[in-house]
Amino acid sequence: MQVKAKLYPKEAARLLREHPGVREAVTGATLHFEEGRKRAYQEIDAEAWRERAKRVKDHLLTHLDHYLELAEKRLQEKGVQVHWAEDPEEAHRILREIVARHGVKRVVKAKSMLTEELGVNPLLESLGVEVYETDLGEYLIQLLGEPPSHIVGPAIHLALPDIQRLFHQRFGTPLDASPEALAAVARKVLREAFLTADLGISGANFLVAETGTLALMENEGNIRLSTSLPRVHVAFVGIEKLLPRFADLALFLPLTARAATGQRLSTYVSLIQGPAKEGEEGPKEVHVVLVDHGRTSLLHDPEAWEVLRCLRCGACLNACPVYRQTGGHPYGYVYSGPIGAVLDPGLLGLEDTYPLPYASTLCGACYEACPVKIPIPKLLLTWRQRAVERGLVPTWEKGAMQAFSKVMQSPSLYRLFSKALRGLPLPQDLLPLLKAWTEGRGPLRPSPKPFHELWQELNKE
Amino acid sequence: MRVALFITCLADQFYAEAGVATVRLLRALGVEVDFPKEQTCCGQPAFNAGHWKEARSLAQRTLGIFQDAEYVVLPSGSCASMVKNHYLELLPGDGEALGLSEKTYELSQFLVRVLGVTELGKGLKGKKIAYHHGCHALRELGVKEEPLLLLKNSGAEILPWEAAEECCGFGGLFSVKLPEVSLAMADRKISTLPKADALTSTDAGCLLHLTGRMGKQGRNMRVVPLATLLWEAYAG
Repeated sequence: MQVKAKLYPKEAARLLREHPGVREAVTGATLHFEEGRKRAYQEIDAEAWRERAKRVKDHLLTHLDHYLELAEKRLQEKGVQVHWAEDPEEAHRILREIVARHGVKRVVKAKSMLTEELGVNPLLESLGVEVYETDLGEYLIQLLGEPPSHIVGPAIHLALPDIQRLFHQRFGTPLDASPEALAAVARKVLREAFLTADLGISGANFLVAETGTLALMENEGNIRLSTSLPRVHVAFVGIEKLLPRFADLALFLPLTARAATGQRLSTYVSLIQGPAKEGEEGPKEVHVVLVDHGRTSLLHDPEAWEVLRCLRCGACLNACPVYRQTGGHPYGYVYSGPIGAVLDPGLLGLEDTYPLPYASTLCGACYEACPVKIPIPKLLLTWRQRAVERGLVPTWEKGAMQAFSKVMQSPSLYRLFSKALRGLPLPQDLLPLLKAWTEGRGPLRPSPKPFHELWQELNKE
Repeated sequence: MRVALFITCLADQFYAEAGVATVRLLRALGVEVDFPKEQTCCGQPAFNAGHWKEARSLAQRTLGIFQDAEYVVLPSGSCASMVKNHYLELLPGDGEALGLSEKTYELSQFLVRVLGVTELGKGLKGKKIAYHHGCHALRELGVKEEPLLLLKNSGAEILPWEAAEECCGFGGLFSVKLPEVSLAMADRKISTLPKADALTSTDAGCLLHLTGRMGKQGRNMRVVPLATLLWEAYAG
C-alpha cells in the first residue's frame, strides 16, 4: 500500500474542514465500541488477563525463531503448504504462482489488514482476477475505492446516507433503503461470489505453533465461507501473530473480542486444521504465507519492539480522542490511530512516517485500553525523540525549543520574558506559533502580575 | 512541615491566583511554604515533543533547586507527573531524581494523601462544578478521587459530564502543531459541558485551551484552577 503518512497534518485539517460528517460518524462509533470495551473489561479481572496476555506474547516474541519453525513443521504435517515472504514482492510472487497454477478467475477475501499492507487487491486486479471483499464494511470501501479507516470497522467513517447513495448508484436501490435492505443486496452479490470463487484469501488472528492451527474471529460468517467454500485457501500471517500453545487461545480469543467490540467472544471462531481430507468438504489446498515486511528488524529494536504484541483489535483507536476527530484516512497507511503512530514508523521507517508519532496528546487512554499492555505513550516519546535526533522536525520547532530552553535555563531571562509577555501584545500574531494558538482560541491573557511577583506581597501577609 | 511550592511556568504566567491560593491554603493548614526563586519550567514541553536534550538540562537544574525541600507541591497534574515519573526516564539511575520523585505531589494529592485532609470548609456550598480530569493527573498520577472528594466535602455538587475523563486536546506543542485536531477535541469537551457555576481542573494548560475556545464561541462560564476553588472552599 502507498504510504502517505507525511501528509497527516494537512490531511487531518482538510478532512475536518471539508468532511465534518466523518468526525460525527467516527466519534459516534468509537464511543460506542469504547463503552462496550469498558463494560467487558469490568466483568473480568482485566488487569490479570492483560498482564498474562502480555507475558505470553513477550515469551513468543523473545523465542520467535523457535515457534516459527515449530509452526512450519506442524502446518506441513497437516498438509498445509508453508511459504515465507520477506517483503510484498515475495508475497506477490507466491500469490501469482498460486493464481497461475489454479487458473484463478475469482477471489473472495476475508478482511485482513496484512493483505492491505501487501497490496494484494491491486496485484490480483493487475492479473485480471476479480476480487470480492466479503466483510460488509470492507466491501463498502472496496466499492468506493477507499482504504480502511479502522482496523476492525474499515467503513467506520461512513454514515447511512453515504451507503444509501453508494448502493443507489451501484445497484439502483432507493435512496432511503433501510440498512437491512442494503445488507440484503450486498448479501446477494457476495453469496454468488462465495459459490463461484476459485480462491479464498484471509489473514489470521492467531497461528498456534504447537498445533499449526489458524484461528480467525469474525461476526458476519464471511470468513468461514471465504476459507471453506473455494477449493484453495491462502492465509497471509504476520510472523508476530503466532501463539505458543493451543491453550493460549482460551485467553486470547475472549480477550481480543472484549477489547475489540466488547463481546465475550466473537460470533464465529474458525479454527483451521489444514486442507480437507478424502471425503471431507473444504479446500483441497491450504497455503500459509508467513510475512515479515519489517517485523524482524523491528523485533531487534530494543526501544520499539513491544508494539509487535499488537493483536489488531482496534481498542486503542476507539479510545483515542485524536483518532476520533478524523478516523484513519489522514494517517496515510493501513494502521492508523495510536497503534499506527508507533507501528508504522517501526515497519516503514520514521523518515516516511515522521508526523504520526506527534498525532497524540499523550493522554494515555490507549494504554488503558490495550489488551496486551503496549506502552503506546512511551513508544510515542521514543519515536519523537528519534525524530528530533534525525532532524525531521520543522526548523521553527527546533528554534523555538532552543529559545525556550535558553529562557528557562536563566531566571533573569525568564523574568524578562515574563515582562515581554505583558508589555508587548501586538507582535504575538507575528509568531507562527502564537498565531496557531490564537486563531482558534483568541489572544493569550496573562495574569496581571506573574506569581513570582505576587510572592513578595504574600510574604507580608 | 515545610513545602517548597513549584508554581510551574504556565500557572506563574497565566494563573498566578492559583499560586496565591495554594500558598494561603497550605499556610492555613499549618504548613510552612517556601518559594525557591530560581525555578522556571520543569521541561515538560520539550520532553513531550522529543527534545530530550533541552528537557534533560531543565530537569537537572530543577533537581538542584528542589534538592533540599521536604516536600514539593505543584498546582498541576502534568508537571507533577513530569517531575515524579518522567525525570526518572530522562535521568535513569539518578538518585537525586528518585529522591525528588518520592517527595513530589500535585496539590490535591498532597492534601489528601500526605496531610490527610479531606474537608476544607463549606465555602462551595450549593455550587455546581464541572470537573475536567487532566490526563496526566488521572492516568499518570492516579489522581481521580482526591479533587472530587475535597470539592464535594466543601458542599459542591460535581455535575455528571460524559467527557469529563476525555482529553481536552491541549497536549502542549500538539495544540499548535495540529491546531485543527486540537480544537475539534476542545469542541467535543465544550459541546458536552453541563451548565455549571464553574469549570475546574488541576492543569493550567487544559484551562487555558478550554477558556480560549469557549471565549471564541461566546460561551460564558467561570473557568478556574482547582487550587483557587480549594481556597474558596476553605475561606468561604
